Amino acid sequence: MKNVCFYFKIHQPFRLKRYRFFDIGNDHYYYDDFADDEIISRLAEQSYFPMAQTLLDMIEESGRTFKCAISISGTAIEQLQLYVPEFIDLLKKLADTGCVEFMSGTYAHSLASLEDPEEFIREVKMHDDLIRQLFGQKPVTFANTELIFDDEIAGVIKSMGFNACLTEGAKHILGWKSPNYVYASAAAPKLKLLLTNDKLAEDISLRFNNPEWDEYPLTADKYVDWIANLPEQEQIVNLYLSMDTFGTFLPAQTGIFDFMKALPRFAKEKGVEFTNPSSIASKLKAVDHLSIPFPISDIDEARDVSAWKGNDLQNEALRKLYSVGERVNLCNDRRLKQDWEYLQSSDHFFYMSTKSMDDGASHAAFSPYDSPFSAFTNYMNVLADFIVRVEEQYPEEIDNEELNSLLLTIRNQAAEINSLNKEVKVLRQNILEADDANNEARLGEVEVAEKADVEKPKKTRKTAAKKPAAEKKPAAEKKPRAPRKPKAEK
Amino acid sequence: MFGWEFPPHILGGLGTASYGLTKGMHANGDMDITFVIPKPWGDEEKGFAQIIGANNTPVAWRDVSWDYVAQRIGKTMDPQLYFDLRDHIYADFNYMHLNDLGCIEFSGKYPDNLLEEINNYSIVAGVIARTVPCDIIHSHDWLTYPAGIHAKNITGKPLVIHVHATDFDRSRGKVNPTVFSIEKDGMENADHIITVSNLTRKTVIEQYGINPDKVTTVHNAVIPLDDELLNIPRKRNDMDKVVTFLGRITMQKGPEYFVEAAAKVLQKNKNVRFVMAGSGDMMDAMIKLVAKRDIADKFHFTGFLRGKEVYEMLADSDVYVMPSVSEPFGISPLEAMEMGVPSIISKQSGCAEILDNVIKTDYWDIDAMADAMHSIVTNPALHNTLRDRGIDEIHGITWEKAGKKVIDIYKQVIASRS
Repeated sequence: MKNVCFYFKIHQPFRLKRYRFFDIGNDHYYYDDFADDEIISRLAEQSYFPMAQTLLDMIEESGRTFKCAISISGTAIEQLQLYVPEFIDLLKKLADTGCVEFMSGTYAHSLASLEDPEEFIREVKMHDDLIRQLFGQKPVTFANTELIFDDEIAGVIKSMGFNACLTEGAKHILGWKSPNYVYASAAAPKLKLLLTNDKLAEDISLRFNNPEWDEYPLTADKYVDWIANLPEQEQIVNLYLSMDTFGTFLPAQTGIFDFMKALPRFAKEKGVEFTNPSSIASKLKAVDHLSIPFPISDIDEARDVSAWKGNDLQNEALRKLYSVGERVNLCNDRRLKQDWEYLQSSDHFFYMSTKSMDDGASHAAFSPYDSPFSAFTNYMNVLADFIVRVEEQYPEEIDNEELNSLLLTIRNQAAEINSLNKEVKVLRQNILEADDANNEARLGEVEVAEKADVEKPKKTRKTAAKKPAAEKKPAAEKKPRAPRKPKAEK
Repeated sequence: MFGWEFPPHILGGLGTASYGLTKGMHANGDMDITFVIPKPWGDEEKGFAQIIGANNTPVAWRDVSWDYVAQRIGKTMDPQLYFDLRDHIYADFNYMHLNDLGCIEFSGKYPDNLLEEINNYSIVAGVIARTVPCDIIHSHDWLTYPAGIHAKNITGKPLVIHVHATDFDRSRGKVNPTVFSIEKDGMENADHIITVSNLTRKTVIEQYGINPDKVTTVHNAVIPLDDELLNIPRKRNDMDKVVTFLGRITMQKGPEYFVEAAAKVLQKNKNVRFVMAGSGDMMDAMIKLVAKRDIADKFHFTGFLRGKEVYEMLADSDVYVMPSVSEPFGISPLEAMEMGVPSIISKQSGCAEILDNVIKTDYWDIDAMADAMHSIVTNPALHNTLRDRGIDEIHGITWEKAGKKVIDIYKQVIASRS
């Protein structure tokens, strides 16, 4: 029995507008809304809508035996919510069929897994919360940004409670092995690895519309045949495709949607089943362990992370960005946190690649910039402004540890004030109850006294946030005073 | 080949390009090249081409002895050649101002009576064309087009002209009608036209109305610099970064955009100095503009730099900027890059067509230019990347490859005639 699992990737970054160095400190809005709107609306019309509708039809027509997975980034969801909210509804419909599994991943399609494990965990949590909130699913299978993976990341993913992870079936890792099995990570043996079958995926994405290919034209019949005729023991084919492949890179008139629609029928005839990643992971056992000491991904010929970390420009930008990560996470400024997400998108670094030849062309094709150098310049200008804003929150001289302890003191004291306030409230209630029994003349007196008492803690609370040291005194003062009075009353 | 300048005595990029190309063609082998220049000094590099001085070519018979000729011009030319040339005098030019050898004097520069000198050069070309056998005639830039046409008429051999610049580039569109007509005449009489960039090719086709089929672009290359120049030590301490403009301070080079961009950078970043090296008719206006923008404390003028001084300046620079409004090719950014100086060039420069590891902006886009300057001086990663990749890139641009292309054009022209 063969299993096929389609993974559809949807991601869009928030593109940066042209931001000059003299805007640093003056302009804190970084995004090119027009470009984002234009691109996502176009892709939605050409690809997302027709593809999602096709998937929905496939699920219905096959009696819910067609299954697949969707890997969508948080930034893409935000943009869809802004510009094409109808598509979110369509995704919800897909989720409601129970046949579509939403994958876990990073919120901003970021490189945090390579740079900052703590930030990575936060990103994943944020992403999964959004998925759960929108689609009512808790993602259980992990697919990192462009399937980036290595032994170190394996440990982090496992520690977050995932049992399965999709990654690239890179030839230099697999060697003679086939990607059509379930493996386990050598570093985290309980983490099952699902590997993409690049050849079969590229038969669709790259070659479907290529008349010079000797298998052209590709029909659903033939394609399913290839899968059915794989060696007996090879039970699973993972096909990881960007959703914009359908309709944009392969326009509707190539017949790509009809090709997809015809797949379930032929699959049924040949005894090929469609499945979800989570059910593969629970059904199939790992045949072997894979050790991946250096990070791999599904991008460029090299299938490594050189698309984002291949030159000094990219490394410099990443280092600068993640140097303020801890601070951003300490603060409460919502806009700052939002920019932090958007600036992490891997796309910004992808544009800075100086690769030449074939790989270079794919970088240039997606880049809104005319050269990697202007991509770098623009990003660094934005980042400079961002860092200025982070430093405005917390002065640079205080190191993170000190800052942490100060923040902790403030938070503890805030908690203390809260609990004391509660106590005051309870006691006040007591007084009121006691007062009910007492005569009205005395009640009047107490109220006056009480008012004066309650206002004080309120005032101290305000200043407390700013001056942690000054605040201890009033707090200490308050304590004995508050209970004293009701005692007298009683 | 007819040229006007030849290293080491050069006044602009023309001489360097003519030299590089000739050497590159010679390296491809199987070529005998004769290079005519108005006035050789004797210290030109020989070996890959025979150099004939127009000022050593007799146009009227003088009865002189071998020894006398050897003593007079022996250091620049083989006396035997003088006598060979003397045998091919085709008309009586005694009415002209001639010296004791029957030769016309040339300045070899760009004197006020340039048109007269061009005409004289063409007279001399007649003698040379009759003396030196050739398969193809190659004229470098408009000064030598008349000579090329003359030689073509005499020998019947095909003429290839090499457009290093047009008057449209030099004048920002306000052309000198005499120069324009010489250029157009040259282009129309040429069997094939080589331009140094697609930008120039476009000008030739659109402004001179030339059939696109006979215009081909062969981009210039760069002659590797000597180690002596490459290893010039940095003299400055590293307090301030230096951004340099280097070239003639004329309308064509867009110096005012450099000043305006400098003013923008200095508003934000005080740790940068700007240098405008060179001289030209807009220098005074630039000094005034710098004063008006109130950046004179950070903006320096060096005046004209010669020879090694140019490379010393580059060695001290952190960024090189060429904001040319219209530059047929522009060889200096290539030299800057070879010296390891990251470059910002205008998209209106011919060399922008072949360079990847530079920052390209529109010449009028002062914001973009300022941004690029700021980015290079504040981000060491960008500086180093541009430097390292730039050096690699330049090493791949050789005259030998350009020479190969020119030879292919020759073959094609000769084949199409027979």
